[in-house]
Amino acid sequence: MKILTGNDLKSGAVVWWTGFGWSLDVNDSADVGDHGPAIIAREEGAQNVFAAYVVDGEKTEEGVRPAHIKERIRALGPTVRPDLTLKPTDPDAINWVI
Amino acid sequence: MYKYDEYDQQMVDTRVAEFRDQVRRRVAGDLTEDQFKPLRLQNGLYLQLHAYMLRVAVPYGTLNGTQMHLLGDIADKYDRGYGHFTTRQNIQYNWIKLEETPDILAELAKVEMHAIQTSGNCIRNISSDQFAGAAADEIVDPRPYAELLRQWSSFHPEFLVLPRKFKIAVIASEKDRAAMRLHDIGIKMVKNDAGEIGAQFYAGGGMGRTPMIAPLIREFVPLDQLITYSEACLRVYNRYGRRDNKYKARIKILVHELGRDEYVRQVEEEFAHLQTLAIEPPLAELERIKAHFVDPAFETGLSDDLDLTDPDFRLWVERNTTAHKQPGYIIATVSLKPVGGIPGDASADQIRLMAKLGTQYSFDELRVTHAQNIVFPHVKKADLYTVWKALDEAGLGTANLDTVGDIIACPGLDYCSLANARSIPVAQKISERFGSAQKQAEIGELKLKISGCINACGHHHAGHIGILGVDKKGLENYQLLFGGSEGADTSLAKIIGPGFTEDGVVDAIEKATEVYLANKQGEERFLDTYRRIGMDPFKEAIYG
Repeated sequence: MKILTGNDLKSGAVVWWTGFGWSLDVNDSADVGDHGPAIIAREEGAQNVFAAYVVDGEKTEEGVRPAHIKERIRALGPTVRPDLTLKPTDPDAINWVI
Repeated sequence: MYKYDEYDQQMVDTRVAEFRDQVRRRVAGDLTEDQFKPLRLQNGLYLQLHAYMLRVAVPYGTLNGTQMHLLGDIADKYDRGYGHFTTRQNIQYNWIKLEETPDILAELAKVEMHAIQTSGNCIRNISSDQFAGAAADEIVDPRPYAELLRQWSSFHPEFLVLPRKFKIAVIASEKDRAAMRLHDIGIKMVKNDAGEIGAQFYAGGGMGRTPMIAPLIREFVPLDQLITYSEACLRVYNRYGRRDNKYKARIKILVHELGRDEYVRQVEEEFAHLQTLAIEPPLAELERIKAHFVDPAFETGLSDDLDLTDPDFRLWVERNTTAHKQPGYIIATVSLKPVGGIPGDASADQIRLMAKLGTQYSFDELRVTHAQNIVFPHVKKADLYTVWKALDEAGLGTANLDTVGDIIACPGLDYCSLANARSIPVAQKISERFGSAQKQAEIGELKLKISGCINACGHHHAGHIGILGVDKKGLENYQLLFGGSEGADTSLAKIIGPGFTEDGVVDAIEKATEVYLANKQGEERFLDTYRRIGMDPFKEAIYG
């Protein structure tokens, strides 16, 4: 699947395109197929997000998993500071990245 | 240390107001990201993997207690309770919000700090010897010259859009502690046969994807020509440095492609021309700056004795202190590399504690080192145990300076949008593997540096052992390099063979240390043994 990620303008937070808006949780990601560039152009033009790009991912039993480790770290947070990730109480969260 | 005059303060305050308006227009939608990006970068605001990152300049790594305290407060108030000290003697915050950035810059301006020229293709923060003004082996304090260069390079209209970023280091001792020859321009303050102080210039060094050691380009530049000669070096680069390919745009490529002699010829020609324009600031300006760097009021007649009955303190003194030029005083380095820790990171509380100790016990002075540690440059020996106790209680008493545990590591893929692999977890595993004081003492000096990509922010080319993280078909892979040095004996490390997994590279390093210990002669460091016996015994042990 093709998913979209970008950054929230004010907070800089990593966000993922849900099909209707932007979410902090990669599991909310929608498969955008070939529509990524058009969605990015529209959303960046409306100032909803910036620095957006298309990412390869797959739908797994645990949720949406970006294909590359870079985007998995982006989705979770720094692996060396579990307390600062989106899942600070999940001891297995780092394993999902690696 | 240097104190802003009304012009310095006005420039910084004006920039804060200007950026506040730019942020307002960006949020209002009056500026696109393409329009805004160069503006935010000029103010040190990057976009990294997770959020905005703000890089704050620490000119030549020198801070006072008030400034350091504020850095801790900013970590609490605007970030997530910590800061990251960098290999450019700066500090970075990883979780900054756009709309709060002007407020942060305004707070910094109140204590004479800023984030100007910490990004972009301009002259970056001037770096220097972290022991400047305190070291027993320096011929002069290099900081006044670094400050003069800072003032010259700040908002220099000709050099704000160079072909690529430009880094300058200034030192004044034989023992290079600032990786001087791995800078775009390296300046070493020297004394000529007549006893006059001047500057020896090196140009075209750097790390990154094409590492090069800067060749000497002029033996002696008199102090009343320092800026003019620097201007000539920059002008030739600005005119002929490549702008068509960012990977070939650094001055090292120009010097290499022209050849050192031709670059020097062009610089000398430009230098002669510039001398007719009389652009050099009057020496009175240098004297004005120098007055800010006079020695603190050292007490005289102090004892050099230290009570070393506490074994942990003894170890720390042996590892983390350096001789001071003034009897009765000592230079103390605080390691930001606890066993298993994140190199260069310090919590807000730790930053404020170091600020307090620097104020109370080091004449209100602290330094940031390019090895991502903090220095108290002027501690009375009689106070040293008290200082160490306070540090140790806060997790800052690690005794591992220049050992295998004192690792330089870039933020890597955990934070950096350019990285290909994570650096910090590798550093943590090595730090834990070699965590015992006994093991570190046995191995002695071993400078280990890790970069998460070819940009080499972790200085892997200059490590006795360097590690470069790469992306191998979507998996992190780590290349191992041996034989680098950033000191007076600067050399570039060489790749030893195929790369490793994260755990594999830690095992390989352990094998390398075993080869070293089996072959070392006398007081040889790892680097000395490697240089004597070559790479083969290490390869044989590691790859079989």
